[in-house]
Amino acid sequence: MATDFKAIANQLRIDIIESLAAAGSGHPGGSLSCADILTVLYFDKMNINPKNPNDPDRDRLVLSKGHAAPALYAALAERGYFPREDLITLRKYGSHLQGHPNMADTPGVDMSTGSLGQGLSVANGMALAGRLDHKDYYVYVIMGDGEIQEGQIWEAAMSASHYGLDHVIGFVDHNGLQIDGTNDEVMTVNPIGDKFAAFGWNVLSIDGHDYEAISAAVDEAKKNVGKPTVIVCETIKGKGVSFMENAVNWHGAAPNAEQAAVALAELRGE
Amino acid sequence: MNSATREAYAQAIAELSAENPNIVALDADLAAATKSGAFKKACPERFFDMGIAEADMVGTAAGLATCGKIPFASSFSVFVTGRAFEQVRQSVAYSDLNVKLVGSHAGPSCGEDGGTHQAVEDIAIMRSLPNMSVVVPADDVEAYAATKNAAEQLGPMYIRVARLASPTIHDAETYEFHFGKGEVLREGTDVTIIACGMMVPRAIDAGERLAAEGVSAEVINMHTIKPLDEELVVASAKKTGKVITIEEASYVGGLGTAVCEVLSEKCPTKVTRIGLPDIFGMSGAGGELLDIYGLTADHIIEAYHEM
Repeated sequence: MATDFKAIANQLRIDIIESLAAAGSGHPGGSLSCADILTVLYFDKMNINPKNPNDPDRDRLVLSKGHAAPALYAALAERGYFPREDLITLRKYGSHLQGHPNMADTPGVDMSTGSLGQGLSVANGMALAGRLDHKDYYVYVIMGDGEIQEGQIWEAAMSASHYGLDHVIGFVDHNGLQIDGTNDEVMTVNPIGDKFAAFGWNVLSIDGHDYEAISAAVDEAKKNVGKPTVIVCETIKGKGVSFMENAVNWHGAAPNAEQAAVALAELRGE
Repeated sequence: MNSATREAYAQAIAELSAENPNIVALDADLAAATKSGAFKKACPERFFDMGIAEADMVGTAAGLATCGKIPFASSFSVFVTGRAFEQVRQSVAYSDLNVKLVGSHAGPSCGEDGGTHQAVEDIAIMRSLPNMSVVVPADDVEAYAATKNAAEQLGPMYIRVARLASPTIHDAETYEFHFGKGEVLREGTDVTIIACGMMVPRAIDAGERLAAEGVSAEVINMHTIKPLDEELVVASAKKTGKVITIEEASYVGGLGTAVCEVLSEKCPTKVTRIGLPDIFGMSGAGGELLDIYGLTADHIIEAYHEM
């Protein structure tokens, strides 16, 4: 039976809202926008084993936009890395679920992130190690569109291409919004695909909420030899919760109990 | 003998490349200057030049470390600790990854390139990072041994090496590097002189000259600034009652500060810190600048008499 991505992604979104509401702070918009990408990766594409999170042969995922931690934690919990009940401890004292991912604390987190712009370099290092060790694992890295304003992303884009890292598969969660407004208002990032292409990358552009398209793009990326691939995903910030969609104020504000109830009712189709 | 610590570092990593297949080296277009090119020559397949992009170099090193590699990432100290500070902070120190950062051309002994290139703050900023250890070898023999040792230590480490050749004080045949343990080079009872890097030979010189005056100086080579050998610092301060520190770096936040931190809490003692007095460096010959900035045996002796 084919994986029911829609149901899983919906559950991830429910987890995101519940954990953020429990935390009282955090980043719903960018968590919801990348939930479908994470669903396809964690529930289909990635060669991983929740019982052996540090398997040296596993595929890796670097959530370079670390503020989307609630989405990553939801995917890891639903995939069985740790109990789902842990999700409501997000951001609380003593929880293994830090405000931004910490590889030392959480099983399944492959790299600590939070300060933007650092994940692609790390992914490159993982891919270089895989090449040295003659391993065939892939390294997925999820970047935000605002995040690519960081110069280090382009240093890393250059080196991924220079070293021909075809086992690095990047995603840009292009939801068009960042804290201070739209990308265009703050600092223009378009054309994203052209920029990566100019840096020597194989570029694919898809609807980041279309499971088939995400899946097909990953398959195509894996066929590509000698170059890294970036999948530019057109997404909707806050996707799945009507009042959060395309609303810049939901970048970094958690829903209160009432708002969470409305969001959860929508997600549950009530 | 009497070569620069960067040269000894190069020899050590070149040898390490053959000794341990997990060791990799990275540089940011300064392999000819940091001498990491020796690794490239010995083991080109595990050497990665990252171009003039220190942030990316540090991040890439971190990624390699997550997969069990032991990266030695070299650049000028000012770049690897300063330009890439936040990558060091999050991707290396916070992530507690086994990355060895090697900063060369540290301090005013870097010379003619001037203040832009002479890291004076590197010891302070690396020391301030949780999980990070800091090693400043005193001579070529120690730089070689400390580099070999670094490959055995798990966790983030900063090793500071110099461009300028400096006197060898250790016997290469017999010297053993003990991470985290200060080395007592001369025992004394009147004053403790704690030095690191190429200031150590100057501290030895000062100790000998003070002895000629009838002053018994204890001279300690504090090659590991973090974790600091607190036990040794306290024991020596208790014995002598006076401490002078000397480092080829700003006296803000470095070795002198580390010594003051432990003594103020565990054994309040009069301390005189010798280093750059909260200033940047400038152009000049490396050796000449050390004298101009008072990083000398004369200054240590003078400081003793003023205490």
